Amino acid sequence: MNRAEQEAYLREYEVLKKKGKPFFPYAVLKDSVMMMIVALVIVAMAIILGAEQGPKADPTTTTYVPRPEWYFFFLFELLRVIKPPELVPIATIGIPTICMVLLLLLPFYDRNPERRPERRPVAMTAGILTIIAMAYLTFLGASAGSPTEIEVEPPPQIAADTAAREEFEFGAQVAAQSGCLACHKFGENGNDGPGPELTEIGAKIPAEAISRSLVAAPGIMPAYGDLPPRKFDALVEFLASLR
Amino acid sequence: MPKLPSALRKPSKPGERGNGARRDGGGANGVEAEPHPVREKTKEGAIDVVGWVDQRTGASPFLTGLLLRKVPKGTNWFYTLGSATLFAFVVQALTGVFLAFYYVPSATEAYDSISHLTNDVFLGEFVRGLHKWGATMMIILIFLHMGRTFFFGAYKYPRELNWVIGVVLLILTLVMGLTGYLLPFDNRSYWATIVAMNITASGPVVGPYLADFLRAGSEFTATTLPRFYAVHMLLVPGLIIALIGAHLYLVVKLGTTAPPWLRAEAKPKSSREEKVG
Ligand code: HEC
Ligand code: HEM
Repeated sequence: MNRAEQEAYLREYEVLKKKGKPFFPYAVLKDSVMMMIVALVIVAMAIILGAEQGPKADPTTTTYVPRPEWYFFFLFELLRVIKPPELVPIATIGIPTICMVLLLLLPFYDRNPERRPERRPVAMTAGILTIIAMAYLTFLGASAGSPTEIEVEPPPQIAADTAAREEFEFGAQVAAQSGCLACHKFGENGNDGPGPELTEIGAKIPAEAISRSLVAAPGIMPAYGDLPPRKFDALVEFLASLR
Repeated sequence: MPKLPSALRKPSKPGERGNGARRDGGGANGVEAEPHPVREKTKEGAIDVVGWVDQRTGASPFLTGLLLRKVPKGTNWFYTLGSATLFAFVVQALTGVFLAFYYVPSATEAYDSISHLTNDVFLGEFVRGLHKWGATMMIILIFLHMGRTFFFGAYKYPRELNWVIGVVLLILTLVMGLTGYLLPFDNRSYWATIVAMNITASGPVVGPYLADFLRAGSEFTATTLPRFYAVHMLLVPGLIIALIGAHLYLVVKLGTTAPPWLRAEAKPKSSREEKVG
């Protein structure tokens, strides 16, 4: 916007403002009605939906779902869409940071003096696409289940031995109850991302590497070193036998 | 122009007329022509108080300027979204104070203090619900308000700075959501926070430092919760209040935009809006 356009805008704005109405009571009335509506909605939601309290935080826990508030779903979904570990930083912080910087600097690169939506095709398209993308990712995040069951068959040599089979099933249960499914896929169960599929993890890396992964927690994965040793060992054994 | 109390309508400047007696003779020092009924007296007493305060603060030109400033032609319901966001923030601040009366920010006691608040304290669960759903409403409203200013082109000259302040407010509001989520200290909030901190730490350049600052170390420990609490109820709200102040100052100073489709150069004496399509 150059000098002349700025002055033209201010002149026009002055006229429109003169033709307007005083803030009190006209705008104040509308604002108050809107605030009443907001207040009613909040009270209704507080009464109807309340505020639940889950089981106490426990680092050695069994059942939990690492699920953020709904307005962060789109971030988490971004992680599923962009999965290769070397790209994860780009998905988690890179894209949101770029979006925030673009948003912050919007008035400085959008120099178009035009304000009517129908005459700002680029800005409108970008804005509407952003809204659709965020709504879609939020929807995906909301409908991604938080499964707590793993149905994988043990390999034959384990299936044949009752003790080994029980150990295998115990390990599967620990995995299912420790929230791995929120980020990993085991056969038919779990979410495909942000973590790699673990259906055949035992064939890919040795047990020591698995146990190191659980303690050191690569990338965004939470660390599981605090699990009771009995559970931890069963978990590692279970993962190592997946081939 | 709507009726205002006389004290507001005609601000008398200090020292202009003796001890602040007003032209309409209603003040304590005025000559009373006839006895007033009690109601009349009370009313004048109130106006006297207004006049007294006004004489010492000089607030009335400011207030009349604030209240009677014109909002442009065409101002519609979309313009209420900003003050609705402000209202949601006030709800959060008030319910937050109530919650802080009972909340204990320690890793060992936080959960039980929330249980106590929810189950034993009068209206405790209701206020927790207000705070929780108020947060959701504030997020929805702040996005809607941002959308309004975007689609109306309100971020353009001369309001660029107000847009920038707005984006910072948006980020701070999201930080409130993130830090508040941990405080009930149940399993879900604990694990979600672990993941959220790992995500933060994976960020470029400042990521690891930011995560270490929030966690109070490289691991989630017993000091993490008090830190989240301080950020959630002191640091970020303080910044938000200061920035809302700046935001509203600019709104009043620059005026709100007229809807973009309105044109001033309509034919003289005709208030018909010129729609260009
Ligand atoms: C918040 C999401 C998340 C959760 C929950 C999670 N992981 Fe992960 N996990 C990841 C990500 C992301 C990676 C890849 C990280 C990288 O390589 O940068 C990963 C990597 C791994 C690896 C290494 C894989 C390889 O090919 O090197 C193993 C093993 C693993 N996870 C097991 C588990 C188990 C077992 C659980 C449950 C107890 C679990 N994870 C829970 C996100 C998660
Ligand atoms: C705590 C959050 C916020 C509060 C309380 C707030 C409050 C307000 C209020 C009361 C107005 C007056 C006009 C209106 O209501 O539309 C306004 C205007 C404005 N706001 Fe916000 N706002 C907030 C966040 C934001 C955000 C996130 C943005 C955008 C990124 C933003 C950008 C603007 C702009 C550009 C104006 C000028 C609009 C015009 O002149 O038409 N604000 N704000």
